[in-house]
Amino acid sequence: MNKQELIEKINEALAEEFEIEVSDITPDADIKQTLELDSLSLVDMVALVESVSGVKIKGSEVSSIKTFGALYDYLAERL
Amino acid sequence: MMNRVVITGMGIYSCLGKTLDEVRDSLYYGKSGIIFDPERKEMGFRSALTAKIEVPDLRKELSRSQRVYMPEQAKYAYCATADALKAAGIDQDYLNTHEVGLLYGNDSSADPVVRAVDTMREKKDTTLCGSGAIFQSMNSTVTMNLGCIFKLKGINLTVSGACASGSHAIGLGALLIQNGLQEMIVCGGAQEVNPFSIGSFDGISAFSIRESEPQKASRPFDRDRDGLVPGGGAATVILESYESAVRRGAPILAEVLGYGFSSNGDHISSPNVDGPARSLKMAIRRAGIDIREIGYVNAHATSTHVGDANEAKAIFNVFGEKSVEVTSTKSQTGHEMWMAGASEVIYSMLMMKNGFIAGNINFENPDEDSAHLLIPSKTIEKKFDTFLSNSFGFGGTNSTLIIRNL
Repeated sequence: MNKQELIEKINEALAEEFEIEVSDITPDADIKQTLELDSLSLVDMVALVESVSGVKIKGSEVSSIKTFGALYDYLAERL
Repeated sequence: MMNRVVITGMGIYSCLGKTLDEVRDSLYYGKSGIIFDPERKEMGFRSALTAKIEVPDLRKELSRSQRVYMPEQAKYAYCATADALKAAGIDQDYLNTHEVGLLYGNDSSADPVVRAVDTMREKKDTTLCGSGAIFQSMNSTVTMNLGCIFKLKGINLTVSGACASGSHAIGLGALLIQNGLQEMIVCGGAQEVNPFSIGSFDGISAFSIRESEPQKASRPFDRDRDGLVPGGGAATVILESYESAVRRGAPILAEVLGYGFSSNGDHISSPNVDGPARSLKMAIRRAGIDIREIGYVNAHATSTHVGDANEAKAIFNVFGEKSVEVTSTKSQTGHEMWMAGASEVIYSMLMMKNGFIAGNINFENPDEDSAHLLIPSKTIEKKFDTFLSNSFGFGGTNSTLIIRNL
């Protein structure tokens, strides 16, 4: 899976789970604001991303990943 | 001076229907909600019989952040409670400005537990269980979800009293209102229907294996009964002080006259006669009525050999020979367990309001105990104003409610 394929899969999965349009997800958009995450649903976002990508996001690093672009980069580096 | 306690709204999500009208018609026409579920056979079940319930799709009614914490039985309970509140004339503004309580029977939430454990074992990563798993897994999942969704501000408590849970919830709610501690309480019972929830119950040979005739399998009091059939869903009644109901101009449907309870102090699964009889007598005593005023007895009878026989003895001991119609609606619904005490109040209410007693379907031949009871196997037209409903559970917990038409 290359980075573009990964981005498409992640976006589709997040849009379906959090009931938004794929078009709402852009690289510069804030993840928490776009998905309307609180401390609990943040766990679901992490779990979903891990399931789709196979990459485990360290708990200590979750808070530093602010935008979707940062998330894609984090995952792509670890594929 | 005790407050009078009345029922001002009802809602149900049952294998007999999702509206009160549907359920009334199913009761009247003797419909069975039981099917054969091939998936259970593949899972190694001794009996693949179950009530058929569809899990509601609540995407239009509730947000993702509300739904993610709800196991199936909380979804059933949401539907039943939304309908009951609407029927009682209660809107969100009222709930926001009054201390409305919540007492709901629930005694398991197996499916989310199993799924979370499977994930932990397979993935070795607890994060993958998701945020909903813990809230879905707890026994109090129904009350925690309903309390947050409807923004309830009074007592918030799950009643786990095995198969008497729903009945105890109503009885305890009535006690709180009688004593002036709450003016209104949402009461009910919910039961999950997934295979994981009752696999181990199947394992103790408690279920009917009349798989070739699913709709004839649940046959309480019948000589040839061979076990219960599991069911589920949810049922909600709105309990309210009489004064509050009058003040609101609410529809006053009935009055909770008596709540009796007891514990057998005996075997974990085999009921006795003394415990249930004491529960019946306590309810009648607290109701302060002549036993002849009771026009219908909704029995707990689940279609097991010992349970039905001992309940028949207890009813006979209290009421005597064939003095009042006795039926078990479980002949149509199967055993709705944690939900049953609440749903059977609603089934009985629907009969009382519509002047009939639903036949105890599949009652073809009495045994030596049920022969002493008046058990119609087909629906009869009968007007009655007071009924008694029994619910008994594992560990010997017993609950009896007496309710009068208003």
